[in-house]
Amino acid sequence: MRHIISVVIENETGALSRVSGLFSQRGFNIESLTVAQTNDPSLSRMTIVSTGNDRVLEQIVKQLNKLIEVVKVSDLTSQDHIERDLMLVKICPTKKDNFDLKQLVDVFSCKIVDVTDKTYTIEISGKTKKLNAFLDTFDPASILEVSRTGVTGISRGKKLI
Amino acid sequence: MKLNGAEILINCLKKEGVKHIFGYPGGAVLHIYDALDSQEDITHILVRHEQGAAHAADGYARTSGKPGVVLVTSGPGITNAVTGIATANMDSIPMVVISGQVPSPLIGNDAFQEVDAVGITRSCVKHNFLIKDISEVAITVKKAFHIATTGRPGPVVIDIPKDVTINQMELEEYPETIKMRSYKPTTKASNRQIKKAAELIANSQRPILYSGGGSVIGNASKELREFTRLLGFPITQTLMGLGAYPGTDQLSIGMLGMHGTYEANMAMHDSDCVVAIGARFDDRITGNLEKFCPSAKFIHIDIDPSQISKNVVADIPIVGQTKQVLQALIEELKDAKLVDISKWWSQINTWRGVDSLAYKKKSGVIKPQTVIEMLYEVTKGEAIVTSDVGQHQMWAAQYYLFDEPRRWINSGGLGTMGFGLPAAMGAKIAMPDRDVVCVTGEGSIQMMLQELSTMLQYNTPVKIVNLNNRYLGMVRQWQEFFYEKRYAMSYMDALPDFVKLAESYGHLGILVENEKDLKPALIEALKQKDRTVFVDVITDPNENVFPMIPAGGAHCDMLLSGRDEMVSKDETDFNAV
Repeated sequence: MRHIISVVIENETGALSRVSGLFSQRGFNIESLTVAQTNDPSLSRMTIVSTGNDRVLEQIVKQLNKLIEVVKVSDLTSQDHIERDLMLVKICPTKKDNFDLKQLVDVFSCKIVDVTDKTYTIEISGKTKKLNAFLDTFDPASILEVSRTGVTGISRGKKLI
Repeated sequence: MKLNGAEILINCLKKEGVKHIFGYPGGAVLHIYDALDSQEDITHILVRHEQGAAHAADGYARTSGKPGVVLVTSGPGITNAVTGIATANMDSIPMVVISGQVPSPLIGNDAFQEVDAVGITRSCVKHNFLIKDISEVAITVKKAFHIATTGRPGPVVIDIPKDVTINQMELEEYPETIKMRSYKPTTKASNRQIKKAAELIANSQRPILYSGGGSVIGNASKELREFTRLLGFPITQTLMGLGAYPGTDQLSIGMLGMHGTYEANMAMHDSDCVVAIGARFDDRITGNLEKFCPSAKFIHIDIDPSQISKNVVADIPIVGQTKQVLQALIEELKDAKLVDISKWWSQINTWRGVDSLAYKKKSGVIKPQTVIEMLYEVTKGEAIVTSDVGQHQMWAAQYYLFDEPRRWINSGGLGTMGFGLPAAMGAKIAMPDRDVVCVTGEGSIQMMLQELSTMLQYNTPVKIVNLNNRYLGMVRQWQEFFYEKRYAMSYMDALPDFVKLAESYGHLGILVENEKDLKPALIEALKQKDRTVFVDVITDPNENVFPMIPAGGAHCDMLLSGRDEMVSKDETDFNAV
C-alpha cells in the first residue's frame, strides 16, 4: 500500500541524510522524497512516498519520530489531503504522435514553457497518475527527458500537520 | 573572562558532573588535552586503543548508571571507537563521545586524519553533532548529555573541529536545563492502558513476567521486585535484564531464549499472558516468531514506542518508564483479586524438575560450567561480572545467579568480542571497592589484550577468568550441529602463554589445568586486592551450551544436555542466524 508521509524536521545540515539513512538502514522503501524549507526558516518539510503494509508504516512513523531532529510526522494518506507532483518533460514528436500538441496541453491543463525547432518543453503538475497518463500519450521514442519533483502534499481543510 | 573552546568544553563537562574520561590523544584534540591537563576535577584514563575507551566508558556507565565519557581524535580515533559506540547503542547505554575533527576550513578536503565522523556514526548513535562555531559548544554539550541520559538512553557523538577548540569567547553561564521542540521523550504512561493491563493481569490463568534491560537501565529493580511478589507470578529475565529481579528467588525461573532454562521457555510457550517489561522481543529471545507464545496476550511496557509491535504485536502497549509504569500497576493491582495460579506453578515446578542446567562432569577435564559455579561460590555471588561474547558468556549468564542489577555487564545486542576486559576496567573505576571479574575466552580476550597495560597504569585490579578451550567455542558448537562437524577456522592455533603474557604486563598469572587447583586459584586471585590476576583455566574443548533452541525452533523445541547429535530439520533452520 502506498503512503504519503509528511515530516517536519529541524532545518539543519545532515537532517536529510538522517531520514534517508533511516530508510536504507531499516530496509524501508522510498518511491520519492521531496524537501524544502517551510515558512519558518528553522524548519524543513519533507514528503516521502513509501510502500508497505500497516505494520511497516507503523514502524516508519515511529522510527521517524525517534530521530532527534524530527518535530512532527503525519501519514497524509490516512486523511483527506491534496497531493501534487510537478514534471518538466522535453519531447520531440515523431510521426507516430498523430495529435495536436496544443489540444493535448489543454486536455491535461499543462503549459508549453519552451520551444525550439525540434523540441517542446512542457510543465505539468497533478497527481502522479495524471503525470503518468500524460507520458503514456506519447510514443516513448519522442520523450527525450523527464524531470519530476516527486509528490508533495498537504491535508485538506483546517487540519494542520 | 575569555576562554578557548577546549576550556569551555572541559568546563561544561565539569558542570555535567563528569569525573572520568576514557580517551586517547591525537592532533585534532591537542587543545582539549591541553585544557584537561590544567585541571584536577576530571581524571583522564589513557587507554591503548580507542575501542577500549568506548567499552571502558560503557562498563563505567552500566555499573554506575552515570553516562560514560569518551575523548578521541579525528580519523582513525573515531573509527576505532565505532565498535564501542555501536555496542552501547544496541544496549541503550548512556555515553557521550567527543571526537576531534580537522579544522573547519579543511573539512571535505580529504585532510590528514579526516573522516566524516557524523556520517560514519549516524546509524549507530542516538544522535550526533558537528559543532561549527565556538558559541555552540556549551549548548551542544548540554543537549548531548540530555539526549544520552533521558528517554531510552544511548550514545551521542560530538564532533569538534580543531579551530573551534582554540578560538576564544567570553565564558557564558552553562544552561541548567534544556528544552528541545523536537525531542520530548514520553515519560508518563496512559492511565487507560494501565487499567486495561491490570485487568488482563488479574484475570490471566498462566501469566509470566518477562523482564529485560529496561528494568536495569530504568532503575526499576525495586518496583519489579514489589510487583512480582505482589502478584506471585513466575518471572523470567533476558540476558540484559539479569539481576533486576534476584536470580536466587523462588519466583525467578531463570533466563529465557536461545540458551534459556527449560522452565522459562516452556512457561513462555504455554502462557496466556506475557508481561514484557523493558524488553524488546529480540530474535535470540523469540526464536521462530510464528511459533512464539501461541496462546498469549502481550502487555508490552517500553520507553521507546518504536520497540512496541516491532517484532510481536502488543495487545496492550504501554509507553513509559519501567519504574513509573510498574508503580502505577502496583497501585492498580494492590487490592485486586487475582486468579488462583497454583496449577500453573505446579506445572512450572514440573518443568523445573527437569533440571535443564545439569551437566555431566568428566574426570580429567575441567567443565566450564564448574568454573562459573565455583566463581559464584568464591565471590558469594556478589562480584560485578563482565563478559565477552560466546560460550563463556552464556555459561556465566546461566550459572552465576545475579541478585542485584548492574552486576552483570555484557554486550547483549551487538555481541562484541573484546568488550569484557575494558568494560571490567571501567566497572572497577566506577566501583573501586567492589570485586570485578571478567569472564572471557581465549578468543575474545585477544581482541582487547592491550588494555592490560592501561589496567596497570591506573591500578584497576580486576580478576580475569579465561575459559580456555582452544576453540572459538560458539562457532565450533554451531559447526558441530549445523555444518557436519566441519570446524572451519574455529580452532585457535598458536595461543600465547597467558600466564607469561599477564606477567609481562605486570600482572599476576595463574594456570589451572586440574579441577582440584581451580578453587584455590580463584581464592588466591580474589585475595590479591591490589593486583590484576589472569586465571587461565584449561577447559573441556568439546563442551556445548545447553539448553538450546535451534534457530528457527519454538520455545518448546529445546535441546538439553546429553544429546550430542542434532540434525537441522529443513533449510529454513539452516539459513537462520
